[in-house]
Amino acid sequence: MKPVRNVAIVGSGPAGLTAAIYTARANLAPLVLEGEPSSTTDQPGGQLMLTTDVENYPGFVEGIQGPDLMGAMRAQAARFGAELVVERVSRVDFSSRPFGLWVGDPTTDEPTHRAKAVIISTGAQSIMLGLEAEARFLGRGLSTCATCDGFFHQGSAIAVVGGGDSAMEEALFLSKFADTVTVIHRRDELRASKIMQERAFKNEKIAFRWNAVVQDLVGDDALEGALLKDVHTGETSVLEVTGMFVAIGHRPNTDLFKGLLDMDEGGYLLTLDGSTATNVAGVFAAGDVADHTYRQAITAAGTGCMAAIDAERWLEAQGDAPADIAETPTEW
Amino acid sequence: MPAVTLSDTTFDEEIASSSQAVLVDFWAEWCGPCKKIAPVLDEIAAEHADTLRVAKLNVDDHPDIGRRYQVMSIPTLLLFKDGEMVKRLVGAKGKAQLLDELSEFL
Repeated sequence: MKPVRNVAIVGSGPAGLTAAIYTARANLAPLVLEGEPSSTTDQPGGQLMLTTDVENYPGFVEGIQGPDLMGAMRAQAARFGAELVVERVSRVDFSSRPFGLWVGDPTTDEPTHRAKAVIISTGAQSIMLGLEAEARFLGRGLSTCATCDGFFHQGSAIAVVGGGDSAMEEALFLSKFADTVTVIHRRDELRASKIMQERAFKNEKIAFRWNAVVQDLVGDDALEGALLKDVHTGETSVLEVTGMFVAIGHRPNTDLFKGLLDMDEGGYLLTLDGSTATNVAGVFAAGDVADHTYRQAITAAGTGCMAAIDAERWLEAQGDAPADIAETPTEW
Repeated sequence: MPAVTLSDTTFDEEIASSSQAVLVDFWAEWCGPCKKIAPVLDEIAAEHADTLRVAKLNVDDHPDIGRRYQVMSIPTLLLFKDGEMVKRLVGAKGKAQLLDELSEFL
């Protein structure tokens, strides 16, 4: 059986990798279970892997590409000795210590990994529309990854569903390829930040369909249009589009922890005020998985740092921390 | 066997002449998820060298074949056997899931 780790970190977005940098520098030799490849945000590196320009992460005057930022964080964690593995956790056992984490078959008796402390940073993934037709059109006009698929919509009419920053970012990015980008939003105003709203309003290729929801997707082999319903009048109409990108919000990746950790009605993990501690001693939560308010790369990184410090102090209190760090607890 | 690089001009002959099943990976430089599955595909190709070949087709340099098969999302993996397309997988996936989806052809 593999040796018990001091800290296992589940997830590898800004929260998980910052926790990895800090716990690695504290000589805790963390194991990071990065997740598996995916075309959704639930993948190694997390949500920023599907974005382009990150303009609000401090320290990058001209902005940085999302995947470049995550690549740098990963390399930084590896440099200090974090072990990063492309594995997806399928089950956890927090009922006894050391905690158990399974990869692959969740029904085996023995867990794949064991750890004295666990930091959960599994993040959130985008919500789709929940329409039956989605499975049929995925990869045939409907896409979960604008940066991957914008290229295929050169000269086309496409739609972006949503009214937040992610939706505006996708609309602006896609306007480089498509002839028209119609933003479909269920309200009559956007939730997006002022700067993103202004950019979208100024862009001549971007049009807005207010107070509308997508009821169905239509087309034979590939997407040909979206059936829209006006939320006030109930009137329906078809918007002809050959591409559709959905950015209507996120849900936390917490299915693994149902019944094991306290969460709110939205499924976000609950942490003790002012800390990252969950209701299970030795299990900490950081980043979007426990945050439905801020959801920024920098807040995720911030709480990842908090979780690392909380985990280290907790291990120390258990008498489990390596001797050399117990003597220099201020070297952060 | 390392992955074969296909182009718009070599695609048809490579697919038609292969005695093994060919898994064609439609990808591009700008596609993050494509880069993440590349090493996974290399591993699968190495482990199933007797039944499967992996081939790469860059949709940026060679857009025609993707158009023919209505590839509008990458990564898309198309599996060809005896010259016929027998499986279409859209989106990046982990190794276990890919092997599961390809199991009947391996």
